[in-house]
Amino acid sequence: MRRLNNIGKYFLMVRIIFSRPEKWKIFYVRIMNEIDIIGIKSLPIVALLSVFMGGVIALQTAANMTSPLLPEYTIGYITRSSTILEFSPTILSLILAGKIGSNIASEIGTMRVTEQIDALETMGINSLTYLVLPKIVGAVFFFPIMIIFSIGLSLIGGWLAVISSGLSNTETYIFGLRSFFLMSDIWYALIKAIVFAFVIVTLSSFYGYYTKGGALDVGRSSTQAVVISSVVILICNFFLTQMILL
Amino acid sequence: MIEVNNVDKSFGGNQVLFDVSAKFETGKVNMIIGQSGQGKSVLAKCIVGLHEVDNGSILYDGRNFSELEGFARRDIRKEIGMLFQGSALFDSMSVEDNVMFPLSMLTNMTKKEMQDRADFCLDRVNLLGKNKLFPAECSGGMQKRIAIARAIAMKPKYLFCDEPNSGLDPKTSIVIDNLIREITYEFNITTVVITHDMNSVIEIGDNIVFIHEGRNWWSGDSNSIITTENPEINGFVYASEFMKDIKALMQKKIQ
Ligand SMILES: Nc1ncnc2c1ncn2[C@@H]1O[C@H](COP(=O)(O)OP(=O)(O)OP(=O)(O)O)[C@@H](O)[C@H]1O
Ligand SMILES: [Mg+2]
Repeated sequence: MRRLNNIGKYFLMVRIIFSRPEKWKIFYVRIMNEIDIIGIKSLPIVALLSVFMGGVIALQTAANMTSPLLPEYTIGYITRSSTILEFSPTILSLILAGKIGSNIASEIGTMRVTEQIDALETMGINSLTYLVLPKIVGAVFFFPIMIIFSIGLSLIGGWLAVISSGLSNTETYIFGLRSFFLMSDIWYALIKAIVFAFVIVTLSSFYGYYTKGGALDVGRSSTQAVVISSVVILICNFFLTQMILL
Repeated sequence: MIEVNNVDKSFGGNQVLFDVSAKFETGKVNMIIGQSGQGKSVLAKCIVGLHEVDNGSILYDGRNFSELEGFARRDIRKEIGMLFQGSALFDSMSVEDNVMFPLSMLTNMTKKEMQDRADFCLDRVNLLGKNKLFPAECSGGMQKRIAIARAIAMKPKYLFCDEPNSGLDPKTSIVIDNLIREITYEFNITTVVITHDMNSVIEIGDNIVFIHEGRNWWSGDSNSIITTENPEINGFVYASEFMKDIKALMQKKIQ
């Protein structure tokens, strides 16, 4: 029952978030700020993760190609498809749910328990639009860029792994990358990135915004934000895959 | 004038306010006093709409605030300045940005005008020169004063102060009290001050409402609080021997 109630409250919140911002200039500045916090500051971890992810996928594929019937370019082919379809959009979003989700929930949660949100409201400012909308716009704009960046690095990671271990050569790897390529796979990855960005930001804001109590409860909200965002990402991933790929 | 009519408020099963009615007059310093945990802050939050009332209504100069929604409500709120018990400064912004924040969000002032207004408000609370500090770098008393500067930045028609001088030394306390009184009279503001400090009550209180057990137990002006025989209010205001002596002296002075 409480869960159902929360779902209703969540959708009500999303509706209020999408109101006209008070001042476009301030809104714009806030978006830039959020892109910096949510996006730019996440790039190092995204880069690190992507390179190693690509490397491991390539190695795993190479190690499991026991049948002589499989051509060597399979390594490139598999690395590309798994990176674009799952690893970059989904795994990365799960990691970012941890980083960004806890950050957003604790920021907004702290503002709630120290009455800063009440202060915004008594000034006559729509606190949800002011606080959350720039985060949504920033994340929805920057996640796709981050995913493309990650796909690129992951493929480079795969190449590095293959070359350094001598399992294949550059031409064959690149030939693999380019075989059976579908542009729609990229669109699929980008749609997932956008949906997951929205899920992470809105759910984390929800748990932060409705924090009750003190500092301890802020910690609890931020844990909840990460767990629930991750679960919802997995569920959305399943349905998106079913809808788009089949 | 703000009218509070028959307000009830409960949280879950715990009723905090019982049928509270009160009138807060324009151009006067209206005080809400009472023991800790009796519902003063909850009453103030009900009046500004941070808590929805269960029953009853709140009228701002005849405008029924409790019936309004969304934008109409926000329009009234733009006329409200509020000082929270915990200051509630935006800790990601510097002192002057805190004061300028409502101006930049809600008015079309230029940067220069906002800067001048912020300097003026900070000067009123003796904080000029601390513009670039962050709230975390300020003492509790300074944070209170910054919050007051922010609350008056928009030249509010209604000013709420939840314990403006708790945590301040007696001298700064008096400065703040005088500031509140001055701006109330100068700009004809409807001011509501929640306090424990009997000194402020006697000094600047025009009307006083005593909240006890979630009820409007007693109300009157600063003279009648000295002469009243109400046992609860005497128990609250004149709890110490020192205050009892003062009461005797004051009563003589009035006669
Ligand atoms: N958001 C809330 N949810 C549930 N109960 C609350 C909430 N806010 C206040 N209360 C309860 O309402 C009662 C009155 O609280 P309130 O903060 O109004 O006291 P107060 O008179 O302002 O006290 P103080 O002088 O210590 O600030 C307390 O028992 C408190 O537990
Ligand atoms: Mg209080």
